[in-house]
This record gives sequence, structure tokens and C-alpha cells, in this order.
Amino acid sequence: MNLTPKSLRAALGAHAPADLATAGVAPAAPGPRPLPSGVPILTVKDVCKRYDSDPDSPLVLDNVNMTVDRREIVALLGRSGSGKSTLLRIIAGLLSSTSGQVAVAGKPVSGPANDVAMVFQSFALFPWLTVLENVQVGLEARGVPPAEMRKRALAAIDLIGLDGFENAYPRELSGGMRQRVGFARALVLDPGILLLDEPFSALDVLTAETVRTDFLDLWGDGHLAIGAVLLVTHNIEEAVQMCDRILVMSSNPGRVAAEIEVTLPHPRVRTDPAFRQLVDHIYGLMTRRRKAAPGIAETLAAGLSLQLPHVSTNVLAGLMEMVDAEPHNGVADLPVISSALQMSTDDLLKVAETLQMLGFAEVVEGDIRLLPPARQFAQAELDVRKRLFADHLLQRIPLASHIRRVLQERPNHRAPRPRFETELEDHMSETAADETLKAMISWARYAEVFAYDGDTAQFHLDAEEEA
Amino acid sequence: MTMHVLHGGRDGLGSPSPLARLAPSRWDMVALPLVLGLLALLVFGGHEVAQPLSQLERTPITLDPWTLPYYALRTTLRMLAALGASLLFTLVYAPLAVKSQRAGQILIPALDILQSVPVLTYLSFTVTFFLGLFPGQVVGAELASIFAIFTSQAWNMTFSFYQSLRTVPSDLEEVCTGYHFSTWQRFWRLEVPFAIPGLVWNMMMSMSGGWFFVVAAEAVTVGSTTITLPGVGAYLALAIEQRDLGAIGWVILTMLGVILLYDQLLFRPLVAWADRFRADTVQAEERPTSWVLTMVERSTLFRTLGRPAGGAARATLRWRLPALPRLSAPRLSPRAVRMGDYVWQGALAVMALYVAVHGIQFMATGVTWGDVGHVVLLGLATMVRVVVLIVLAAVIWVPIGVMVGMRPRLAAIVQPLAQFLAAFPSNLFFPVAVAAIVHWTLNPDIWLSPLMILGTQWYILFNVVAGSQAYPVDLRDVIANLRLRGWRKWRDALLPGVFPHLVTGAITASGGAWNASIVAEAVSWGDTHVQARGLGAYIAQMTTDADFPRLVLGNVVMVCFVVLFNRLVWRPLYAYAERRLRVS
Repeated sequence: MNLTPKSLRAALGAHAPADLATAGVAPAAPGPRPLPSGVPILTVKDVCKRYDSDPDSPLVLDNVNMTVDRREIVALLGRSGSGKSTLLRIIAGLLSSTSGQVAVAGKPVSGPANDVAMVFQSFALFPWLTVLENVQVGLEARGVPPAEMRKRALAAIDLIGLDGFENAYPRELSGGMRQRVGFARALVLDPGILLLDEPFSALDVLTAETVRTDFLDLWGDGHLAIGAVLLVTHNIEEAVQMCDRILVMSSNPGRVAAEIEVTLPHPRVRTDPAFRQLVDHIYGLMTRRRKAAPGIAETLAAGLSLQLPHVSTNVLAGLMEMVDAEPHNGVADLPVISSALQMSTDDLLKVAETLQMLGFAEVVEGDIRLLPPARQFAQAELDVRKRLFADHLLQRIPLASHIRRVLQERPNHRAPRPRFETELEDHMSETAADETLKAMISWARYAEVFAYDGDTAQFHLDAEEEA
Repeated sequence: MTMHVLHGGRDGLGSPSPLARLAPSRWDMVALPLVLGLLALLVFGGHEVAQPLSQLERTPITLDPWTLPYYALRTTLRMLAALGASLLFTLVYAPLAVKSQRAGQILIPALDILQSVPVLTYLSFTVTFFLGLFPGQVVGAELASIFAIFTSQAWNMTFSFYQSLRTVPSDLEEVCTGYHFSTWQRFWRLEVPFAIPGLVWNMMMSMSGGWFFVVAAEAVTVGSTTITLPGVGAYLALAIEQRDLGAIGWVILTMLGVILLYDQLLFRPLVAWADRFRADTVQAEERPTSWVLTMVERSTLFRTLGRPAGGAARATLRWRLPALPRLSAPRLSPRAVRMGDYVWQGALAVMALYVAVHGIQFMATGVTWGDVGHVVLLGLATMVRVVVLIVLAAVIWVPIGVMVGMRPRLAAIVQPLAQFLAAFPSNLFFPVAVAAIVHWTLNPDIWLSPLMILGTQWYILFNVVAGSQAYPVDLRDVIANLRLRGWRKWRDALLPGVFPHLVTGAITASGGAWNASIVAEAVSWGDTHVQARGLGAYIAQMTTDADFPRLVLGNVVMVCFVVLFNRLVWRPLYAYAERRLRVS
């Protein structure tokens, strides 16, 4: 199965960016080695990745192909489980792929790649090193002499706006400042390609915006001696704001589902109608193309291999109430809800799809539509809600009816957790099985379809029912 | 357009002129005499070690109090040498166990066993070897003594480092890999710094543990001759032999001074320095400080001396060994790897069997089945003592610790005191116990027991205080709000909250008590010997008698008891506390 990325040209920004091309003139001093024109800085060819070395284990990445050219910022946009971070680590040489090739600057990657520097979601600074020392470590690893090391590190610190913080320790800095150190540490190496692994998602909204636009300014003004940028994110607006091209990844297994060129001029304004239209369009793509947003038939067919996301019943009820109420009256635009709730796309889609899985809603083209039981749920009292939820749980989630049946068949109406754990692990990884069981337990407790005792790690039917 | 061009004119951090940098600061007035003094002591102590053995016979130990500072110097140098050796051992052993899964399969259980073998045993088995290294020289006896102290210090440090290595944050590991750190650079930039806080804490515990055994370690017995090295331990032994209470008082006084000194000069600076290696990124309100550390950091003397050394050390981090030709080893299939594991484990099993067979053969030369039963019973007796004492200590110290922990000002006084008491070698007080037992003709099986936990009970207090300091303020408000009182308040709110800390403290205390049993179950005062029935007394006796088959038997039983006790009691308890009761 070979899915070539479909190029969906979003011809929304009419004027081409003024000088993006000219800004890409090769920098004077120790920048990346000039490449023969036409050779992309990054090529990923037919990359597959499985969970582990077992050839029967599930695929994380399925036949991924992509390229990044010089002076491009490309986004890998996808939900959790789309394997985008795994792909980034394969490109960085931190993980090896099961099959396929990756080449950076024309050289095949096997082991940590030379022309690559990465910025981490968690900042990943050494708490015991000062800002200056943190920025220097990469140069130290390359054996750069101390004087030059210091000079280059100070220049990078200056550039990224950390002047005056050279001797501070990371714990003395705010999150935004820490991530700036993360950027400086990567930039000082003048990498051919800069890998950004959700670098803004651990920051609050305002800080993230500042660091993001500062980075874009440096990039746009040509101050950065880096060849290209590959950004991993689940934030659609961030991808649209920053990138020249967006690769939308689908989940389970991860594939490149769509490719979108963004030609809006910089600086991009989020309230601009063209910007909003593009965001809506991508929302639609992400909800339409998801295979693991199963309808009733798929859910039931999946049987015990159905992975359950650990979403609290409070959140499920909250979303149903919100969509049921004015002004939505049962149908809502997901981007609108996302910004109203200050909830990330990823989290919101997870909740919406859980509702779909339970037969309470349909998620289509970036919209969520409540089904009649959900509207009834939204307006009902607690015990009616619990009954409704229990009915849907037992009808829609094979694991729920399975556990209940086992408990009913056993004379003492009890069953140990490992019994179901091993059963689930035939179909999914250990962590997925764990999350699925956790979700199952919390939903079942709410619906009172069966109980779970954490001390003894046993499922049992409710005492009342036993009597 | 590059950064270099943009900021080319800039030079450093606006550093002052070189001359200003060399001007002495007021800290130098303290630093200079201190450094010169320490250097002189080091040279003096070192000179004394390089003497022939006959020198020792000409100058026997005396009870003159004025010799005590000199003895204290010798003992402290021995302790520090052993600590250094322990550190070196730790830095090599733990990485081996972590980096190679197969090496770990043998190194970690070995460590478990090594730490439960009593110190005396090491001494009696290695003396001849060390004396043989430098025949007729004091150095040989010194080395044997240092090795004995080393065996009381190294293991917990190694465990601590091993634990740290296994919990290094994965994102920092990715940085090391992604940014092409060499193994050497990764070791010093990530792994060691990450481990430092735990390591420093364990070094302090090791130092305390070492003092406990110094008495035994300074008397080196070979066959019928005993070489007594000048030191505090030897002085104490002589004082006990001659029933000189005054001399014992002088030793206690000296020890107070010594502990205060190395606490101020060594451990406080270390703790304050180690604080910067805490991996969390929140800023603590109160951070440990030390005037010595401040002096080292601010005085021109240290900075001038330190710069070239620091520069040289950092230079090694930039070393790149010429890349080894990449072995295009075929990627082994999972099955091949599994086969390799089987072969390795098989080899280990054969080796273990070989050692076991030889050990049993050796024991069979002087041990009967009756002995085995007897020794197991003795082990049970010692175990009962340990359990009862830990429970007693918990009953006493938990309420006190919680009270103290809830009052920050009191805690600020009690914490260092508990730490100090833990560092104090409690065996200095043993003679008092003997005198009391003899005077009132008490039952030694009961009344010697408290000595086992005299030194280590403080870890329980220390940890409980720390635990109740960490008790969440909102939960305390709930207790007040719901008017929880009396037993209910303790059972429902306070005890579960401090339980994980109590377990941590009790594990330390129990390990210490097992170790102390060989010293505490058989105590002397002049020619009065008081003995409790227990495994510790048995091992001590067999060591004195040089009855090696029975000594091995005693040790094997001791190791079995300690290891099983850890596996069957402490680990499950600790896991339970972590899982259910961790207040986070």
C-alpha cells in the first residue's frame, strides 16, 4: 500500500511571499555546506517503523515519503499516535527505522545525524549548567576550541535574546527563556536542518506566541545560518502561522495523508479570513481522514482490539452539554469550540471521537453533531445519565460487555485485572492496554456496570446486583 | 549575515582586566591559612605512613590525651582515603552494571551480597594479602585498614549511583545522543551530575558507617601478632582494655571535634555544592549554604588555582577518539540475542555452582550439621532483635518526628542534630552499657540489643521529620477543619502521610543494625566480656578464633538473612508505600 502525498494546493494567499527566496542566499561564513541545487536537504523514502523488532508488531509508521528543501519550514501535523515524533527521531538518527531510507544533505542517516539539531518539547536543558554552558555543549562535543566556542555561543545567546542571562541557571529562568536556550543550543551548531519537536506546547499561550514570532522574525530576516526547519506539532494554527508546507499525518499507523502549501504572506495574522479558512480546511481534513474514528460497524468489528482513550466522563458530559445548548443546538464547529474552551485540537478531537465511539455523536468535516441520545443525556438527571451511559457502554464497547459477561459467568462474580490485561495485550502494546483498561474502569465506575477494587486489582459486579 | 559577523566586536562578558581578577578578596584571608594548614597536615600524615613496621612497636599507643589530635588526624586520613577509594569504585562499578545488561546480572546481586558481609570478615580474609604487598612496612597494614573501612563505605554509594544512572531523564539522554556527546562527555556532563545529590548524601552516611568500624579496622591481626595502627580506634580499644573512663571521655570529646570539623570543611560545602545538581527545575526557597563553599568560590586563591585544572578537565570533554571503524555487525535476530542470554545465564549458573560447591567443601572441613542449625537459630535471634528495635524506635521517634516536622523552627534545630548524632560513632558509649549490665547483673540478651540501633535510629527520626515537613499544608488545614483528634488523626491522616518516609528511614536503620550486630552483641570492658546470643556475636567470636570454616558459615547465614529480609520485607513495604501512600 503506497500512499503518495496528495498535494492540495491551497491557493488562498494570492501574492507570493516577497523575499523568502532571496533571503535564502547562502550565508557567508560557516553555514551549512552548499548543496548542489535540486538536492533536498532532507529526503525520507518508504520509511516504515514497527513497535518493536517483532515483525508482527503493529506499525507506527507506514510507508512515509517526504522531502524538505532549503529555506523551507515544513510542519508534520498530526494527532498523538500519528507517529510524528517517532518520524522526527528517525530523521535525527535517535531511532532506527524498520525499513526505508532517510538522507540529510544527501548523506544517508544511520545513527545520530551530523547536520541536524533538535529543540525539545521539555526544553531538555542540563539544570547544572549555566545558560552559556548549555549552549556550548554541542560545540564541545564537536571539539571546537574554547575561545571559538565561547564566541559562537555568546553570539547565539545574543541573537536569541538571552543577553544578560549567560550565567543564569535554567531553574532561574521562566519557561519562555528556557526554550530560548534550547533554540540557542541548536542554532549555534548552524545545522543543515533544525528539528523542532513541539517546542511551544509546554509554554503558556502568550509566551508561546512571543517565542514563535521572534523565531519567525529571525528566520524571515535571514539571521539564521540554518538550511531548513522541520516542525512537529498538533496545533493547526501554529502550523499555518509558521510553515511553507504542512504534511498532515493520519494515525494508527502514521501515514502522510495530505500535503498543503501555505502561501499566505508573512507576518500571518490569525484573524485574517484566509488564515481562518485554511485552518478550517485542515480541521476538516484531520477529522475526515482519520481511520481510527470508527463508526458503529467498525467499533463492533474491532472487538477487543479497540483502544480506548482515557477521557473523563466529566469532560464527555461537558462537551455534550455545551454542544446541546445555545447557540449550537446540537451541531458545532470544532475550531470554534476549541478556541472557546482554550483546548488543543488534539485533546478536543480525542473527546469528540470518544463520543462518536460511544454512539453519542458524529464527527464529520470539522463539525460535531450530537445524536438524539446525547441530547437526551445533556438534559437528564444524574441517574438517567448513568443509565444512558451504561446502555451505550455495553452496546458499543465490546470490552465492556466482555468483562461483564465474564463476571456474570464466574460463580463469585470476580475476576483479576491481569486476566483482561493479557487478553488486550494480544491486540495492542502494553501501554495502550493499560490506558484502555484505565478508561474502561473509570467509565464502568461512572455507569455502575461493574466495579473495580484497586487494592486487590479485581473486577467485580456490584454488591447490589450480587444479592 | 552570520551571527559572528553581527556580534564580532563583542568580547566575553565584560570581564574586568586581568590584574583586577588577580587581586585578593577578603575571602583569601581565610583561604590561605586554611589551605596551607591542610597541606601541612597531609604531608605530615603521609610521612608517618611511610615508616617501617618496627617503628610502630617502638611507639606503642598511649592514653595521653595530647596524642589524640594526632591519632584523630591519622584516622581521618584513613577514612578519607577509603572514601576516595569508594568513590572510585562506585564510578567504575555502577556504570558497568548499567551499560551492560549481562554484566548487571552478576554485578548487582554481587553488590547485594557484598554489602551484607560484615566488615570484620573482609579484614580477616585480606590482611595477609595487603601485608604481603609491602613486607615490613606500615603501608601494608594501613592499606589493610583502609580496605576494611572501604568495605563499610562503598556499597551504598555504588547502589545510589546505580539507581541514578537508571533514572537519568530520557530527554537529556536524547540531547546527548542527538548532539553527539562522547561517552566520556556524557558521563561527566549528564550521568555524574545527575547522580551527585544522592551520591553526596550516601557519602555522608558512609562516613558515619565507617567511624563505627574504625575500632575494629585499626587493629590488624595476623596469626598471633596484632599490629595496632595509631588512631582514634586503637586509642579507644586500649582505653577499654585498661578500663580508663577518663580516656573514653577524651575520645568522645575528640570525636565531637573531628565530626564538627569535617562536617564544616567537607560535607557542608559538598551538600551546598550538590544542590545545584538537583534535576528539578523549580527554585527552592531555602538552599543549603556553606561558608567554605563561598570561600572557595570567591577567593582569588582558589579561582587562580582552579582555573587551569578546570580548563584541563573541560578539555578532555572535547576529546574525540578517532572513530572506530564501524563494525557492520549483522543485526542479530531476537532469537540469536535470546540464545546469547541463555548461554550467558548458563555460564553464570555454572560459575555460581562451582563457587557454592567449593564453599561447601571448605565449610565441611570444620562445620557439622549441628553448627548449621545452631547458626540459623542465632540468625533468628538477631533478626528478632532487629525487628523489635526498629518497631520500638519507630514507636518512639514517629510521634516526636511528626511534632517536630510540623514546627519549622524546631525542625531547623533538630534536623542537623539528628544528622550529627547519626554521624557520631555510638560504640563510644558501649563501655557505659557494659558497666551498667555488670553492675545490675542484667540479661545481656536483652540489654545489649539497644546498642545495635543506637547509631542508626536517627535515620528514622531524620526521615520522619523530613516527611512531616513535606506534609501538604492543605491536608493539615483539612485536619484542623474536620477537627480530627487523637488516635483517629494519627491513623487516618498523619501516619499514612509520613509512612513512605518512615520506611525509607527504617530500611537504613535496619541495614545499619544488622551490620552493627557483630560489634554490639559482644562487648568488652577491661577483662569483662559481655555477650548476647546472636549471629553477630558468633561471627565476632569466629573472627577472634580464626576459625575460618565457621566464619564462612556465619557469613553465609548472615548474607542469606539480610538479603531475604530485604526482599521479603522491605521491598514489598517500600513498593506499597510508594504506590498507595505517596503524597504528591
